[in-house]
Amino acid sequence: MADDTAPERTDYKAITLDGLWDNNVIFSQLLALCPLLAVTSTATNGLGMGLATTVVLVASGLSISLLRSLIPPDVRIPAFVLVIATLVTLVDMAMNAWVHELHKVLGLFIPLIVTNCAILGRAEIFASKKSVAPSTYDGLMMGMGFTAALVVLGAIREVLGSGTLFAGASLLLGNAFKSIEMNIAVYDGMLLFALPPGGFVVLGFVLAGKRVLDQKLKPWRKGQPKQTDAPACHTV
Amino acid sequence: MSEASSTNLKFDKKPFVLAVTLTLFATVAAALLAFGDAKTRPEIALRLAEDLNAILSQVVPAKLHDNELSKDTLIITGPDGTPVTVYRARQGEHIIGFAYPVTSESGYAGPIELVMGVSAKGEILGVRVLSHTETPGLGDQIEIQKSDWILSFNGLSFANLAPDKWGVKKDGGTFDQFSGATITPRTVVKTVKQGLTFFHDHQSALFAPAPISPTPKSGETTHG
Repeated sequence: MADDTAPERTDYKAITLDGLWDNNVIFSQLLALCPLLAVTSTATNGLGMGLATTVVLVASGLSISLLRSLIPPDVRIPAFVLVIATLVTLVDMAMNAWVHELHKVLGLFIPLIVTNCAILGRAEIFASKKSVAPSTYDGLMMGMGFTAALVVLGAIREVLGSGTLFAGASLLLGNAFKSIEMNIAVYDGMLLFALPPGGFVVLGFVLAGKRVLDQKLKPWRKGQPKQTDAPACHTV
Repeated sequence: MSEASSTNLKFDKKPFVLAVTLTLFATVAAALLAFGDAKTRPEIALRLAEDLNAILSQVVPAKLHDNELSKDTLIITGPDGTPVTVYRARQGEHIIGFAYPVTSESGYAGPIELVMGVSAKGEILGVRVLSHTETPGLGDQIEIQKSDWILSFNGLSFANLAPDKWGVKKDGGTFDQFSGATITPRTVVKTVKQGLTFFHDHQSALFAPAPISPTPKSGETTHG
């Protein structure tokens, strides 16, 4: 990552770009495809899942960075999994108690965040090596990048698959957002896109689109170090 | 640590340290979870009770009764031997209907939990899905938030729809299936039918006079 900058100087701009674009969990690392395909049948579900995951990413970045000197390297993976699973369970219980309506919509998918290897990946690659502030910020940016990817994919699949956009957003965000729920009157949707295979198809096109865009952007980004290709989820 | 150095054998204490560290982590995690559970449990119970009241009022319209359903309960042993909680709706002294949960056998992805309201005459007042794990975007049309399909049960009884007509259209019944999902509505129809059968099978128990508690609070006010 930003290892070629001066030591102990955190490059927040690089972390931001990394999380949102260059090293985006979905579009570059190709991690977390299971929740991606499961929840992005609508943009609203994608948003809810993305936000819940962001909370966990921020909390795990913070706590693992705090604990990093206490965790022996040999057992770091079980220790990380323990921390992440605890956080997810706490988030699950808190959401059930205090944002019950949202929990009813996302219910099933919250415990699945534990298995999101993007979170373990960030713990291993970033939070276990860096200090608290950049780790927390990295969690936030990775989470926002993940959320953005889920919403983009959910929106495309929802429009193509069911002919609506942000359906059920008021369930998630409250009645003030009733107005962003759209229905494309002339189009009923094509079932394929609401199903996981459609998710793969859309993901393929979006990935190709991002590659093309990256090529076009290259001349303007000469000054910046090219990101190495995504570290695979080799830890799991 | 002194034990390790006092033995003659070279004792590798590393695995021991690792085990202790992980145990400590697990202990702290367990403590955190216990704390979180203690903090959220009453809230969650409250939310679930609110959900129960909300859903009961959907399957038995409030204008039909004047008692509080969640306070007038009855436990009846269901077809598979599990106890079923029945909520009774009354208008004055008259029992005008019941609400009770029914659980399906596995649907497409797992059991579907329903709650249904039935009038004293055996007519369905309403059916709602409590929980299910059916495919989002396909099978979830059984939810009232997603589609009006579940309302097609309203007003039906074995008197106005012969028992063999309780099926989806594909099976020769009268209920719509969803495009792309037949198993889910088929399971729901079958389960609602089971629910009505339950009503007919347990007439005497359902209409039995309640263990009388007309003024449950009058006795308690003395120490208030």
